[in-house]
Amino acid sequence: MGVASRVAHFALVDVNNFYVSCERVFQPRLERVPLVVLSNNDGCAVARSSEVKALGVKMATPWFLLKDLAAQHGIQALSSNYTLYGDMSERVVSILRDFSPDIEVYSIDESFLRIDAVTHLYPSSLAMGEVIRSRIRQWTGLPVCVGMGASKTLAKLANHLAKKHPVFNGVCDLNVLSSPELEHWLSITEVGEVWGVGRQLTLRLQAMGIKTVWDLRCASPKMLRAHFGVVMERTGSELNGISCLELEQIVPAKQQIIASRSFGRAVISLEELEESVATHMARACEKLRTQSSVAAMIQVFVRTNHFKPSEPQYSPSIAIGLVEACDDTLVLTDAALSGLGRIFKAGYRYKKAGVVLSGISEKAQQQSSLFDDRSWNHKSAELMKVMDALNTRFGKKTVHSAAMGSTMGWAMRSENRSPHYTTCWDELPFVR
Amino acid sequence: MNPPVLRPIQAISELGLSQAPERLAFDAPPSELRLLVHGLSAGFPSPAGDYVEDALDLNQYLIQNKPATFLFTVRGDSMMGASIEDGDKVVVDRALKPKHQDIIVAVVNGDYTIKRLYKYRGTIELRPENSNYPAITFTDGAELQVWGVVVGVVRKYINKAAPHAQQRHTTHS
Repeated sequence: MGVASRVAHFALVDVNNFYVSCERVFQPRLERVPLVVLSNNDGCAVARSSEVKALGVKMATPWFLLKDLAAQHGIQALSSNYTLYGDMSERVVSILRDFSPDIEVYSIDESFLRIDAVTHLYPSSLAMGEVIRSRIRQWTGLPVCVGMGASKTLAKLANHLAKKHPVFNGVCDLNVLSSPELEHWLSITEVGEVWGVGRQLTLRLQAMGIKTVWDLRCASPKMLRAHFGVVMERTGSELNGISCLELEQIVPAKQQIIASRSFGRAVISLEELEESVATHMARACEKLRTQSSVAAMIQVFVRTNHFKPSEPQYSPSIAIGLVEACDDTLVLTDAALSGLGRIFKAGYRYKKAGVVLSGISEKAQQQSSLFDDRSWNHKSAELMKVMDALNTRFGKKTVHSAAMGSTMGWAMRSENRSPHYTTCWDELPFVR
Repeated sequence: MNPPVLRPIQAISELGLSQAPERLAFDAPPSELRLLVHGLSAGFPSPAGDYVEDALDLNQYLIQNKPATFLFTVRGDSMMGASIEDGDKVVVDRALKPKHQDIIVAVVNGDYTIKRLYKYRGTIELRPENSNYPAITFTDGAELQVWGVVVGVVRKYINKAAPHAQQRHTTHS
């Protein structure tokens, strides 16, 4: 272990069965009940409790395929409650920030921490991992596992080991394992568990005799580069404890923003399609403004249900370039609706609609057109600012364009959503 | 009285302002330019300027540990004696260690319950503050599952139904 010179040391903290665990914090009755959380529109299982995993249910199994098994074993299903998960995720991240200032929020339930400058505050890195684990459990009710290693790839692998093997008790640091121990754990773990090695690459690696993580670690960098390219060579180095990937603390502005949803039922009329396109555009524009960008190009698409081949199929899309890049919901909605009008054909049963914003640049470097009208620009910015502020303060869709309509009969299905326990005065949990 | 002294430009530093250019958010409107907030008047500077403090914040008063704090709505009258009534919101901190006499939220038979914790000479009980209800006792081997410690209660007397109604009714007659 490096004491004098600082060797990279990363931790990956990941909440176990995140969505399921969030639901259980607020519904203690669901503890030990087999539970799945369903994707948008209640389509398929996106989170499974350990009891459900034990029944052999795979990730993304459609709910209608599970109904028999569910009846047999009493599996409960909840619609996803992203408002709740988002709030719980923020709590976890804010607790982690107390442990290290260098943190990368990698996804809603996983964060990387750089810990080499802080482990000396604890008796050992494992002790630090244990403090992280018990504090998050105590403060939020969520169970986490902590994986540690000399690179992000090793930390991610350690997290997998900590989750899978009870002997680690939820905390695994590959840096403190002896060489034989390390070899043991890496050689019983399939190569497909390595971060960034997907199913395709796994097959190609296996064909070359690289079946376990240990095999990949021992493979020659030259060979990896020749056969798989520089990314796999880097993965090999990372597995050998040579840190090549730094924390990504600044989220780069998105170059493309997509907002789309399937409908809760088939939609036939242009009016309803217009409402949904306007709603998606409003959400896309909010995202655009939060990253202080403008878009120069929009795309609108609608789609019939391709899971019903017996019905007539039609999936058009249209791209519309704007004279001047902008972030004004009203302007972009206008453009999107005129595009929709051009691709809409009556007589189809539509299942999905969406918009894509592209040609994205920073608002501060906005190109103005030859016929720029400064006073209008200023008014638009003021209007958007007021609208966003009102919607943030008084709830989504407090102020919206009339094009979005008010019935939302097409809106997605979410029939069994738990309350917004942490973010809504009227939905707080009850205590007697 | 001496006439007001015209203060030299160095006084900027005395006001706690830096002359270094400050990076602003790209979309900051001109009204947010921080250097203009304190305007350097040629006259006598406001004597109150140095005493400006943040406004009172109820969050700060009630919440010690934000990521560990949750709110519950109380149902029923079992804690009336502690002035916690039906419909009240209680602030619950999960980071605090529950002590004897604390009011806590516990999980009993899969449900939340709010009671006063009695922990004395090996006896553990959850006691209501209403003589119509019995205490919840724990027999040997049973485990008390504490969800969090109640740190405060919030009750609203007007506009209970419409939280934002006030804004709409403000009239200047």
